[in-house]
Amino acid sequence: MRLTAAAAGLALGFVLAPASAQQSPYADYQRMTAENAPIELYELAGEELWKKPQGPKNVSLERCDLGQGPGVLKGAYAGLPRYFADADRVMDLEARLVYCMMTLQGRSHEDATQRVFGNADKASELALLSAYVAGQSHGMPMRPGVSHPKEKASYELGRELFYHRAGPWDFSCASCHGEPGKRIRMSELPALNRAQDVRPLMATWPAYRVSNATFITLEWRMNDCYRQMRMPEPKYGSEIPVALIHYMTVNAQGVVYRGPAIKR
Amino acid sequence: MPGPMKMRATNQGGVTEIRVLMAHPMETGQRKVNGKPVPAHFIQNLTVKLNGKTVVEGQTSQAVSRNPVFTFRVKGGAKGDKVEVSWLDNEGETNKTEATVA
Amino acid sequence: MNAVRRLLLQGAGALAAGLLTPLAALAATWNKEAFGAKTPADALKGIGASAATPSNDVIIEAPEIAENGAVVPIEITSQVPGTKSIAVVIDKNPFPLVAKFDFMEGALPYVKVNVKMGETSDVRAVAEANGKHYSATKNIKVTIGGCGG
Repeated sequence: MRLTAAAAGLALGFVLAPASAQQSPYADYQRMTAENAPIELYELAGEELWKKPQGPKNVSLERCDLGQGPGVLKGAYAGLPRYFADADRVMDLEARLVYCMMTLQGRSHEDATQRVFGNADKASELALLSAYVAGQSHGMPMRPGVSHPKEKASYELGRELFYHRAGPWDFSCASCHGEPGKRIRMSELPALNRAQDVRPLMATWPAYRVSNATFITLEWRMNDCYRQMRMPEPKYGSEIPVALIHYMTVNAQGVVYRGPAIKR
Repeated sequence: MPGPMKMRATNQGGVTEIRVLMAHPMETGQRKVNGKPVPAHFIQNLTVKLNGKTVVEGQTSQAVSRNPVFTFRVKGGAKGDKVEVSWLDNEGETNKTEATVA
Repeated sequence: MNAVRRLLLQGAGALAAGLLTPLAALAATWNKEAFGAKTPADALKGIGASAATPSNDVIIEAPEIAENGAVVPIEITSQVPGTKSIAVVIDKNPFPLVAKFDFMEGALPYVKVNVKMGETSDVRAVAEANGKHYSATKNIKVTIGGCGG
């Protein structure tokens, strides 16, 4: 592999803030890890859980309506987040999975969300289901809901939250992700309010994250960002993380989904 | 209980490429949880067979990544041939998976 | 006694598998000395490759910089005719010998694997052909991530 100019700069000790237009010094690493990732194991585990009868009603999730009709998985993830009339709110994949666990399987909210984020020893049920469902949208353009009044309101809320400064450090998402060309140590920070930066990201979540040695989701990422900003962690699948995810997905709309993926 | 495995074997231009993934912690023995080291637990031997004949024998260490993914290539092999990959770890656990060359 | 009877009833295949496992454990070799070596020189010695000579026919494809040392994808091909095995050594790892693959019956001298690197280091691929060893080296930088790893 030939050194790119950026990588050469790094090798010489220069501090380089890579512009998103030019090739990232990690391009080769990201390409090769993507080709060599243990993602399918998680998709398979997710498929098993999707088909497994659970809860007081002892029913599988196979009739769950993810927006394309009951049990239709192809392209469902690519159409999220969106408004759901039966719940009368905008939902992302994870909120919708919890909804199906409750309505189809009869599980309580507490039961469905008792362990939403997994760890290296055991991935969470919701992460595995997300991997499976997202994989069924591989290769499809992402088209989150934008026309319903609640979808518009959700996008606006997401945008407001993105710029809203709070917490002991007075951070907002925009503090780190509001401008192109920034980085923390050697990690590049994508500008999530810019289509060209956020497209490759939304196209690759959920993902196997090497640093956590487990499968992680967008709800996990939102939770972790709030934690890193020293703000209270948002409630899983609630209006706030859904609005932020909606905001970013709309910013990325049209990008062809190529996940689930692998991240550092 | 050994973790799941998944394998894909495809034949292109007379070469069969075998890509196999396996769930395994590949613990180095250096990682600590609550101050106590997690014991080393990793795959030591990997065997790849094509139509019952061993084609690759691998010896691996804890320096192979968690949830390993290996790719091998074998000359020949045709659609419908059987590939089998098995592993053995330092605790005596084993697992194996089979696939048909596509 | 009951357990054995149950195994027998489950079919010869299951029993055979049960018997084979301990046999497999005895039969499989694992070069403990080489894998326990703490320097690249000792690791190479452990696999008989102390006299390895550099060769352009051993090709390492790997990223220049790894974002996370826990997963570094490495692809090795040997174009040395008659290559029987490929070994991977990461100089700065606590135990430099990472893996050794023996090829037989038509297997090509090729392997792609994800490895762990503790820090920036030279990565060596050592091919064995006709009793001789040939090596290639590539330096891979490992960076520290920004947000809590």
